[in-house]
Amino acid sequence: MAVKDVDLAVDLNGLVLPGAVLVASGCFGSGRELGDLFEARGLGGVVSRTVTASPRKGAPSPRAAETPSGLLSMVGLQNPGADAFVADDLLHMASLGLPVIVSVAGGSVEEYVRVTAMLDGAPGVVAVEVYLAGPDEELDGQAFTARPERCAEVTGAVARRAGVPVFAKLPAMPVGLVDVAGACARAGVHGVTLIDGVPGMAVDADELASSLGAVEGFLSGPAVRPLALRAVHEVASALPELPIMGVGGVWTGRDAAELLLAGAWAVQVGTAMLTDPAAAGRVASGLADYLRGKGLVSPSDIRGRMRAPAVRPDAPSRFESGGSA
Amino acid sequence: MKRARAEILSNRSYGAYHSVTIVAPEIAETARPGQFLSVAMPEGRAFLLRRHFSIHQSSRRGGWAGTLEFTFEQHGHGTDWLAHQRAHSFLDVLGPIGTPFAFPRRLTNCLLVAEGHGAGSLYFLAQELRAQGKRVDLLVGARDLEHVFKPIEGKRLSQTVAFMTADGSMGERGSVLDALSGMAEQTRAQVLYAAGPQQMLRGVADFSNARGLPAQIAVEERMGCGYGLCYTCTVPVARKDGSGYDPLRACVDGPVFNPARVLWDQWMGERSAEEMVPTPPEGSPVVRSWPD
Ligand SMILES: Cc1cc2nc3c(=O)[nH]c(=O)nc-3n(C[C@H](O)[C@H](O)[C@H](O)COP(=O)(O)OP(=O)(O)OC[C@H]3O[C@@H](n4cnc5c(N)ncnc54)[C@H](O)[C@@H]3O)c2cc1C
Ligand SMILES: Cc1cc2nc3c(=O)[nH]c(=O)nc-3n(C[C@H](O)[C@H](O)[C@H](O)COP(=O)(O)O)c2cc1C
Ligand code: FES
Repeated sequence: MAVKDVDLAVDLNGLVLPGAVLVASGCFGSGRELGDLFEARGLGGVVSRTVTASPRKGAPSPRAAETPSGLLSMVGLQNPGADAFVADDLLHMASLGLPVIVSVAGGSVEEYVRVTAMLDGAPGVVAVEVYLAGPDEELDGQAFTARPERCAEVTGAVARRAGVPVFAKLPAMPVGLVDVAGACARAGVHGVTLIDGVPGMAVDADELASSLGAVEGFLSGPAVRPLALRAVHEVASALPELPIMGVGGVWTGRDAAELLLAGAWAVQVGTAMLTDPAAAGRVASGLADYLRGKGLVSPSDIRGRMRAPAVRPDAPSRFESGGSA
Repeated sequence: MKRARAEILSNRSYGAYHSVTIVAPEIAETARPGQFLSVAMPEGRAFLLRRHFSIHQSSRRGGWAGTLEFTFEQHGHGTDWLAHQRAHSFLDVLGPIGTPFAFPRRLTNCLLVAEGHGAGSLYFLAQELRAQGKRVDLLVGARDLEHVFKPIEGKRLSQTVAFMTADGSMGERGSVLDALSGMAEQTRAQVLYAAGPQQMLRGVADFSNARGLPAQIAVEERMGCGYGLCYTCTVPVARKDGSGYDPLRACVDGPVFNPARVLWDQWMGERSAEEMVPTPPEGSPVVRSWPD
């Protein structure tokens, strides 16, 4: 009997991707830059940088600072606007023969819907990912994710307008993540992407200055992987039917396996793409090796299979009871 | 852009600088002055980002065909690690990256202004300009004698050379900007090239704008990837048609830019909001494009 080899394809409740490893938003340029250094084989898709209805110039310089095992960055959604994006970058991304997930953002519910509508008829787009970390300009400028009901409003409106499955991209909230994910799911999203970069800062003590022009930025890279694992595990445990894309500090196939074991259905590779142009392909083949080594054939064989001690119903919660954490 | 697992041929020090020669024929073949190399840091994930160094030398022919040289000053995690890499160990290198310096077709007197390690790429440029029959003069500045980059090579490559040090330990005391006007006059400079710290590049930009001298500068901005993916390295550059500006990527749209089109106040953080393209004063000889 022939032994079945590993097949990295995954089925996210009907959204079938040719691989379980994708490139994360903001870490793939236009699809042109890497040329033949980019290896599409074995990958599940690419997520575009986040696009808005009108062009945005983005944040002031400097926009990047290296931190221990991490990258602190603030690009500030620089993008050419959805029309120019569709006419140019998207064509190139689609020409790679990989599924494309387009990341969208806006300052208001109306703007999110408008950007989504601008993707009508665009080639290669299999899903939309909703970026929620930006300011809510209709209310007080706080992030949408500060209010579960606003996340639901935005993602619900996008889900009704988009002709494709919609994912909500959420941050690693220490409290209330399941509430937000659940609200988005009830509003009609197909799945969630966990996690977005973590708000952070870096200071240059030599120069007595903040390391980023915008002062605050988002932390990514290996430093955030434990946060991603926890977020994925929490949501997967509470909402087992909801597809999750795990993102955060994936550098190797084993890192991807960890996120799958915690409950992710697929994983995205972000910062690693910035230090190794072949990172996503390397992660995919590393994941295949890992599965093969375990005698398994599919990423779904390990999804959520992490063994954890049973949770005691009376376990003190650090956050709710203010207990002895 | 190619990727190479490049063997180190030598790692030597010259004053305050280290100079690494690597074997990377595919990169050396197309490397031009102004372009740079990207070197991966060791696996281990404590410091992640690649480090970027201008190409100081590239030999396509000869005994050591297919080699490249880059130089750096040791001052942080990455350069500490690099300084300790010995001959016959290997580096993961990407290159050549970025747009190179353009050569003027008609004009011949080229003044090259460098500060610190900026001299690395300008010496490479000097060599290529001379091969095209241009006159090359060099103005080289540094903190002190130790930081004057390969002065003998500078002398060999140029018609005239002037050194400036902040502490007066070599050449005249002061910065290259103090000597710029005199040197430009004396050498009848028709074109300026510059590489060095942002503040110095801005001084060169102001000077070349005021004189109507065409110029090209190589910038260094903090880079997430160094190959065009992340948009963390942008420089605000005015559009040719005057309709505003674009935040262009220093790594692949640069690092060589026309300084007359860089929005310096904004880039240097002195004005934050969505600002306008500077309108040159009436009758100002600002050069808006590179002559060919
Ligand atoms: C296009 C380009 C060409 C360069 N060419 C040279 C060269 O020929 N010789 C040379 O000595 N240096 C050059 N630099 C600067 C060089 O990249 C930095 O000195 C080096 O990255 C410092 O690394 P580190 O780990 O020692 O310092 P750290 O301070 O530990 O570095 C921390 C982070 O900051 C970044 N960084 C630090 N200093 C700079 C800087 N001046 N510019 C941009 N990023 C910086 C590093 O890349 C790293 O991501 C160049 C930079 C760029 C962008
Ligand atoms: C330079 C950079 C730009 C990013 N831009 C976006 C973006 O436009 N939209 C978005 O949803 N996430 C963006 N991200 C976040 C990543 O998609 C990812 O969620 C995060 O970096 C964590 O994964 P990583 O550790 O693998 O990078 C960006 C990350 C980086 C490093
Ligand atoms: S450093 Fe990533 S785009 Fe320039």
